Amino acid sequence: MQEKCWKDKMLFRYLLLLILLLPIKAFALIEVDITRGNLSPLPIAVSPLSIDEESKKNFKKILKKNNIGSEISIVVENNLKQSGLFNPLNKDAFLQKPDIANLKPRFEDWNLIKAQALVTGKVTFVDEKLRVEFRLWDVLAGKEMMALAFTTVPSNWRRVGHIITDKVYERLTGEKGYFDTRIIYVAEEGPKVRRIKKLAIMDQDGFNNKFLTLGNELVLTPRFSPTNQMVTYLSYFKNLPRVYLLDIETGMQEVVGDFPGMTFAPRFSPDGKKIIMSFAQDGNSDIYTMDLENRIVERITNHPSIDTSPSFSPNGKYICFNSDRSGYQQIYVMDSNGKNVKRISFGNGLYGTPVWSPRGDLIAFTKLHRGKFYIGVMRTDGTGERLLTENFYQEAPSWSPNGRVLIFYRETKTNSKGEGFSAKLWSIDLTGYNEKLVETKTDASDPSWSSLLSN
Amino acid sequence: MNRSIFVSSGLHILMVIVTAMSLPFLSKKPLDLPPIISVELIQITDQTSIPFAPKAKKIIEKIKEKEKKLVSEQAPPKIVKKQKPDAVPLPDEKIEKVKKIKDKKQNPEKVDNEVKQVSEFEKDNLFDPNNIAALIDKSKIEVAETKQKTDKVTQEQDKKIDFAGLTLSEEDALKAQIFGCWSIPLGLPYNENLLVRIKLQLKPDGTIIKSEILDHARMNKPGQGFYKVLAESALRAIKLCQPLRVPSSGYEKWKDLQLNFDAREMLEG
Repeated sequence: MQEKCWKDKMLFRYLLLLILLLPIKAFALIEVDITRGNLSPLPIAVSPLSIDEESKKNFKKILKKNNIGSEISIVVENNLKQSGLFNPLNKDAFLQKPDIANLKPRFEDWNLIKAQALVTGKVTFVDEKLRVEFRLWDVLAGKEMMALAFTTVPSNWRRVGHIITDKVYERLTGEKGYFDTRIIYVAEEGPKVRRIKKLAIMDQDGFNNKFLTLGNELVLTPRFSPTNQMVTYLSYFKNLPRVYLLDIETGMQEVVGDFPGMTFAPRFSPDGKKIIMSFAQDGNSDIYTMDLENRIVERITNHPSIDTSPSFSPNGKYICFNSDRSGYQQIYVMDSNGKNVKRISFGNGLYGTPVWSPRGDLIAFTKLHRGKFYIGVMRTDGTGERLLTENFYQEAPSWSPNGRVLIFYRETKTNSKGEGFSAKLWSIDLTGYNEKLVETKTDASDPSWSSLLSN
Repeated sequence: MNRSIFVSSGLHILMVIVTAMSLPFLSKKPLDLPPIISVELIQITDQTSIPFAPKAKKIIEKIKEKEKKLVSEQAPPKIVKKQKPDAVPLPDEKIEKVKKIKDKKQNPEKVDNEVKQVSEFEKDNLFDPNNIAALIDKSKIEVAETKQKTDKVTQEQDKKIDFAGLTLSEEDALKAQIFGCWSIPLGLPYNENLLVRIKLQLKPDGTIIKSEILDHARMNKPGQGFYKVLAESALRAIKLCQPLRVPSSGYEKWKDLQLNFDAREMLEG
């Protein structure tokens, strides 16, 4: 009996094994390659930040603003729109109230208006300070992507808007933002022959404009340090070019030196400890660096041709500059010690003002060809030249700290007969499609973009 | 005792046979069979015909009806020698197969669609389907359409059809749909690996049951912060697009689908 039971068991096991061994038809997993997408702006809903009545009253007293929550959200919205990568949706279409949306958004409602991302938040008045909470939501996935809170003095409310935009931008695009930054430029007034030029600074969106000099002396080419809020600029003192170093935070200013024959202000090295410049000695313009601590000047190039407009790569290992050593003004790259000089631009026309991108992958330049000026970019080996914008006269590109946008100035005639003269700041992103006028109260030239203030 | 040895050895032999029969190289047909290959040369038009548009579907059906005549005028199909099955058929399948072969012998004119299917599969076995796909693409669509309408082809038979993947038109339709939904984040670094592989489990209507990022661990690696942004954008695209434009037949072959999102081409321009 036991033996039979054992046999049955064995038989059962064999059969089980047999069934398991029966080949089962399996399909290979189908793979589909998606190599294209759209580059249209991402639809985003920026809900007004909610605010309680008590806080609203307090902020109204201090800032003279009826609803600071809405004001901050407008700053965020404008920044996102200006970037060209986002499409902020019309607030009239929002179905959910700001206070409820901040607690738990009803994603179906936001999906209905085609929003793919949502920004909500809350503003409160705490100990005489402004406290802003914000949340970024992925509408399609129905989940929170980020939540942060900032506390600051109420007068800083615009900066809070810029910082929120930077965080949203970074989370959705994968690169650092450039909104909590400032732009220094030369404000110009008066006729072309008797132009008054002042040093001015403003937020990247054109607000909080301030003049830093009185306009008694001519100022040229201000440049921001990549590491802090220091600026160098060139000013004529008793008709001699003099380089100044200005600390924006403290207002302290010092003279770097007098450099006869200098026409452009120096640029900083990536660590901010050196400046690189070109000036003429014995009638020949070459490139020099100066250590800002000990003021020792070191000669980098020694060539009978004109070498100007030097700019460091972000790692400090290379320098790009322009030179006419080939007979025409072209862009060259060399090691930071002046060795291995290599020409990288070979196109038709003249190339000038090369500036290395903070990302390190591109060099921006001004090109003059057949009477027109172009702002363009090329890879650091000279390949992939792309001309982003073309005009009658434009130059001096300066990179945003994330290497995505260029700001430059453009001179135009003020009427259709080709009379009059106006200089304005313009920005353009690397796609070449998002060209925008940067509003300034006066004419403006020689812009330079600061690094992120919140770093 | 002896009986147990017989049972044991019998089952062992059976297992060896079953294993041997299921080995893929044994299931292939001998190469000395020269089957008739009919390759249709398709007139390439300026516009792509996507089978999901109702208009395109009608056009395909019209063309199919016209070509039916041509198929029947062809030489009677060569009856394929009994093949070694690549799977041990279940009893039901066996009966159906026998019936099918008998039908073919008795009524050569009735063959139409089924004959066409057999010839297509012959092609599949002899040629790399990826290379020939461009030539027989149109025929495959017709087969798929016919299969949908004919009750003779059962679900089990459908399972046994060994397609290499989606047809070019099917793949094009799916790609075109997702291209429109995918907003590529523009801040990605150009010199990094920008490939995100997402495995999907789909319902027959193309809605998503489950989505899974295959290289999930990469999200948390230092210096790979952009990968999270990229992966999220791909997931958003899938959600925005659903239900996906999947073929109306052959659910078994595409119920699990892998989408490889690669942003490099777009960003490098």
